[in-house]
Amino acid sequence: MIAFMKHQLKTWTLWELFQGLWITLKYFFKAKITVLYPEEKTPMSPRFRGKHALRRYANGEERCIACKLCEAVCPANAITIESEARDDGSRRTTVYDIDLFKCIYCGFCEEACPVDAIVETRVFEYAFEPGDIHVMNKDMLLAHGDLHEVQIAADRAADAKFR
Amino acid sequence: MFDALQLMLADFMPSAMASVLVILVQAVLLILPLMIGVAYLTLAERKVIGYMQVRLGPNRVGPRGLLQPIADAVKLMFKEIIIPSQSNVYLFVIAPILAIAPAIAAWAVIPFDDGMVIADINAGLLYVLAISSIGVYGIIVSGWASNSKYAFLGALRSSAQKVSYEIAMGFALVTVIMTAGSMNLTDIVKGQQGGMLSWYWIPLLPMFVVYFIAGVAETNRAPFDVAEGESEIVAGFHVEYSGMTFAVFFLAEYAMMILISFLTAIMFMGGWLSPFEGIPGLATVFAWVPGIAWLLLKASLLLFIFLWFRATFPRYRYDQIMRLGWKIFIPLTILWVFVVGVMAYFKVAPWFVHGGIA
Repeated sequence: MIAFMKHQLKTWTLWELFQGLWITLKYFFKAKITVLYPEEKTPMSPRFRGKHALRRYANGEERCIACKLCEAVCPANAITIESEARDDGSRRTTVYDIDLFKCIYCGFCEEACPVDAIVETRVFEYAFEPGDIHVMNKDMLLAHGDLHEVQIAADRAADAKFR
Repeated sequence: MFDALQLMLADFMPSAMASVLVILVQAVLLILPLMIGVAYLTLAERKVIGYMQVRLGPNRVGPRGLLQPIADAVKLMFKEIIIPSQSNVYLFVIAPILAIAPAIAAWAVIPFDDGMVIADINAGLLYVLAISSIGVYGIIVSGWASNSKYAFLGALRSSAQKVSYEIAMGFALVTVIMTAGSMNLTDIVKGQQGGMLSWYWIPLLPMFVVYFIAGVAETNRAPFDVAEGESEIVAGFHVEYSGMTFAVFFLAEYAMMILISFLTAIMFMGGWLSPFEGIPGLATVFAWVPGIAWLLLKASLLLFIFLWFRATFPRYRYDQIMRLGWKIFIPLTILWVFVVGVMAYFKVAPWFVHGGIA
């Protein structure tokens, strides 16, 4: 009987509806979690895997030794490498292409690389329109690496003790 | 003001022409703010729901997103109006007009302030009821003319729901008429003079709630928006509409929402009367506020509740909607008609002393 009365009272006073309204009203005044994207950005991990780059040593020598481990490990077959002996006898790549349409940004190439040559940078704000070149060749990769070398080196250093 | 204008115009043109011109001016003065109100109600809706979901809502077009409705309107105007090849073109085009015309026409009898009403007719409330029911035809006709089973089913659901809730709404208004002793909306407001406690929401509290909830159902708004149900089915009766024809349905829905809010404010919350009437001190402090400001404030509060409902409640099942309408609201309103009768017989102060069923 008591339970019946309680139920009726709750029903006719719309008690549960008011509870719901109270909750949404509280949320109405809460601080908003929206990130105003182009102006504000969320923090980014040093392990972030964005657009690729090829690195150089401090003396300007390119790191890549054309071991083709990245090409072998790439699950999407996005990397194409051809190599030849350079005039000084060292093995270097002649072709190093990454098809960004195929790439799944898994970071395996970076992990496979014995000389930290191929890396993924924090750059992710890029897009392709029909007709744009979506295969990064060696020059583009090296240029991209040169552009972001400071950040790349800092990120590797920050993550070094976990590798 | 308009009488003076008419006299002035009548000096240099036939008086019939002068009255037509004055009516046109009045219509523009009403519809223009109404359409702007509708546009900004859509923005308010997105903002309020956004805020209740801990996000910001539209904020890119103009300062704080204030130009968003303009951008939406421009987009809708430039979109193609697709007319389905198997549809009844004449009815298809006329349906949105049938939907929006009553939503605007009903405003003719709304008193914004003492004497600030286009048509101060004695059967004002009856006129509102009659006109707003015509909106259902727009829905049925659009569903039929689209020649699409989805639109047709949506139209059936929508119109059945509207018709059901109109009964409860009508009975709730009967109690208001009994309390005020008049169907003239100006008289109804005047009958509520004497501060917040003299408004009809106290003796008619269940009717106030029923009327507002029925109004939510009447406008096919959440949580009674099964006809539209954007997260489950597509738009309902207006699936086949695009561009401006769709926008007109949209305008009609929101104009109807604003109308319901104004009517609720007028009939249960004292219309343009100040809530501080009769309270010494406060009454004089707020004496300078024009009546229309109070009415707009009350209507905005009710509109906020519309949006608040949408952000809070999950959608009703269709049979639950029908159950609420037929098995709860209608018996409750009929019961309250008797309760009001008893209260009027005993002349319960302060609501039933002047007017009443007389």
